[in-house]
Amino acid sequence: MSTARLRADPAVADPLLPRPVRLRRRRREIAGVWSLELVPADGGTLDFAPGQFSMLTVFGIGEVPISVSGRTADGAGLVHTVRAVGAVSGALCALRPGDLLGLRGPYGNGWPVAEAAAGHAVVMAGGLGLAPLRPAVEALVAEGVPLLLLYGARSPAEILFASDLARWATRPGVRVEVTVDHAGPEWRGHVGVVTKLVPHLPPEAADGLALLCGPEIMMRFAAAALGGAGLAEERIFLSMERNMKCAVGLCGHCQFGPHFVCRDGPVFRLDAVASLLRIEEL
Amino acid sequence: METHDLEEILRRHPFFEGLAPELARLVRGCARMQRFDPGRRLFREGQPAEHLYVLRRGRVALELAAPGHRALVFQTVDAGDIIGIASLVPPYRSLYDARAVERTVVIAIEARCIREKCESDPRLGYELMKRLVPVLFQRLSATRLQLLDVYGPPAR
Amino acid sequence: MGEPDGHGASVAELDALLKALAARGRRLIGPTIRDGAILYEEIEGVADLPRGWTDEHAPGSYRLWRRADDALFGHVVGPRSWKHFLHPPERELWRARLADGAVTFDPAPPPVERLALVGVRACELAAIRIHDRVFLDGPFADPHYRALRERLFVLAVDCGEPAATCFCASMDTGPAVREGFDLALTEIVVGGERRFLLRSGSPAGRALVAELGLAPARPEERAAADGVRAGAVRAMGRAMPDVDIRGLLLAGLDHPRWERIAERCLACGNCTLVCPTCFCTTVEDGDDLLTGETVRSQRWDSCFSADFSYIHGHVVRASTAARYRQWLVHKLATWHDQFGSSGCVGCGRCITWCPVGIDITEEVAAFAAERAAVAG
Repeated sequence: MSTARLRADPAVADPLLPRPVRLRRRRREIAGVWSLELVPADGGTLDFAPGQFSMLTVFGIGEVPISVSGRTADGAGLVHTVRAVGAVSGALCALRPGDLLGLRGPYGNGWPVAEAAAGHAVVMAGGLGLAPLRPAVEALVAEGVPLLLLYGARSPAEILFASDLARWATRPGVRVEVTVDHAGPEWRGHVGVVTKLVPHLPPEAADGLALLCGPEIMMRFAAAALGGAGLAEERIFLSMERNMKCAVGLCGHCQFGPHFVCRDGPVFRLDAVASLLRIEEL
Repeated sequence: METHDLEEILRRHPFFEGLAPELARLVRGCARMQRFDPGRRLFREGQPAEHLYVLRRGRVALELAAPGHRALVFQTVDAGDIIGIASLVPPYRSLYDARAVERTVVIAIEARCIREKCESDPRLGYELMKRLVPVLFQRLSATRLQLLDVYGPPAR
Repeated sequence: MGEPDGHGASVAELDALLKALAARGRRLIGPTIRDGAILYEEIEGVADLPRGWTDEHAPGSYRLWRRADDALFGHVVGPRSWKHFLHPPERELWRARLADGAVTFDPAPPPVERLALVGVRACELAAIRIHDRVFLDGPFADPHYRALRERLFVLAVDCGEPAATCFCASMDTGPAVREGFDLALTEIVVGGERRFLLRSGSPAGRALVAELGLAPARPEERAAADGVRAGAVRAMGRAMPDVDIRGLLLAGLDHPRWERIAERCLACGNCTLVCPTCFCTTVEDGDDLLTGETVRSQRWDSCFSADFSYIHGHVVRASTAARYRQWLVHKLATWHDQFGSSGCVGCGRCITWCPVGIDITEEVAAFAAERAAVAG
């Protein structure tokens, strides 16, 4: 079963040169996390496959990889969701509508959405991991695929895309379970780790695919829990993250064992990386 | 509907699955059905822990309060699960509050009664311990993950 | 091997050949002595070569000695490799100017230099071939490398006297030069005269030989060259163990030996600087104070550097053991998965220039011995 792989636009002669994009609108999602709507400033179009990421440049500051979390409503641009944790991501979150940035990509392979749509789909996300999964979930929901979405966040105030989660939960055939690590007394949902929700899996889930994204620890435990619930490793996909500089397989930074996360990933089938995940500091 | 069915309800509950009929009868002797409206507490921190609660329906929040702080919920427990294990471990005192989030129906097992029956029938004791250990084990692993606070922004 | 018969040349003819290359508009780069080492620098002719000098290599040690004879290529490799020229330590990628609500990009123009590399060893030819795969064979090719590479003239040299840290024979990359050159020479002494056996490996090489009117090789010249090559094989300093190194290292990712190596390793990154196949780079954005433009530059990076594997708030490979493991496992194991060959060419530089003398052939042997011991 292959994961989607998009070739870069062959018209781009130099993969290291960004194209100019403009911040059209930004939206604060949760504390320190912003979604940025980026549209081309050179008259071209932007396209992507769910699961891909772009290299965003803030001129004079630097460049970082950011997941594409959706398409703009009018289809002209892409939405990228960023957490402000460093110099560049902090600068991205401080940009104003109308500001210019550079964009390279999107790069990487994507989620196996077409294969996931063939049966029951399980999506497990933790924290910001819901961002690269959002476009995949939208596609599955739009196609009426039976879906179980398990999402874990730190606290109720840190639930990402709460309105999308609520909207998806109203769709027939879609079940959404949200859990938090801790909560105040007004929270009526689950409190506990997201793996605790795995026993909710319906029996037909074992014949479908599972898409996982979140902190590496969470993905390891989630994969183990799914395995315990009967899903084979070949049916589980996760999104890895490593330091990236070039994003085109030439700088060596994003290596994870033999894989270049920027071009062999970021989406990997579990059986390809299970033994690597167990090794510390790989 | 309740009296003779309670034994059947017990045996069909996920926690007691596979329990031999004669042992289920022993447990039944210590058990009764109980309901909690949303917001009612099953037990409070520091109180004597007198019951093991086997959840049939609803959701219970386990929480801790500190002076000057709101209660912090660290775990919710749903139907099919159990709480009140402190009632089987000396000094038999609850370590946190348990509050019904939804309308919750439980089988309340009187702890002193079941402890005495386990002492006189080690088979019952073993069957109970065999079921309790995995629950404690899962909760410990889950707690470790929660402790790691993996979703938060990275520490500076 | 180039054409089987070859041509003979004197030292003077070799000098004329180099000058002819320069006359064709090429910039000659070759070995020369500077700062107590033999480095690859711009040269003009035979006079710039380290004639009569040799190099003594040992783990963590390198020095030059005067030879008893006046051999031109009587040395092996120095701390620099040809990647200094084909994959430069620093280069500008583009400049950008923001004005009137728009940004204009000014990408660095592709290089137009026509380089002639003089004195390329067999291990280095193998390293260049490896870099061809890294930079040209993937889904994204490096246009800067391609531009330099397409215009390159390679004058290779057979090694006659391997150093103590050399192990190219066990990596199957040398000591004799095999392919990928325009001209290859073997330095010989025939009848008391210093001469060279020249083999052509391309139309450009053949054209140069024809232009100089070199005489076909005499049988005694060919025999002398064969002797030099055979002697080199016998005199090889070290050997990488003949085991499945990739399998060995991938099965030993959590082997305690990595921690033992880390007790000696300083994470100084020397090995990655001198290694002819290491290719990692990083990218830096800055401002040009004079022009007000944003400049993005690429420069060499090392997997030993502290923040090489940094992602949002933490470093994946924080310990020296993890970083050393990354370097060695990439070089000898996962390189196979990525590029279809080992990443090591057996040049021995990492052994010579490691300040604490870590010897990768010794480490691989230790891993192999411990696995054999466990297997009983």
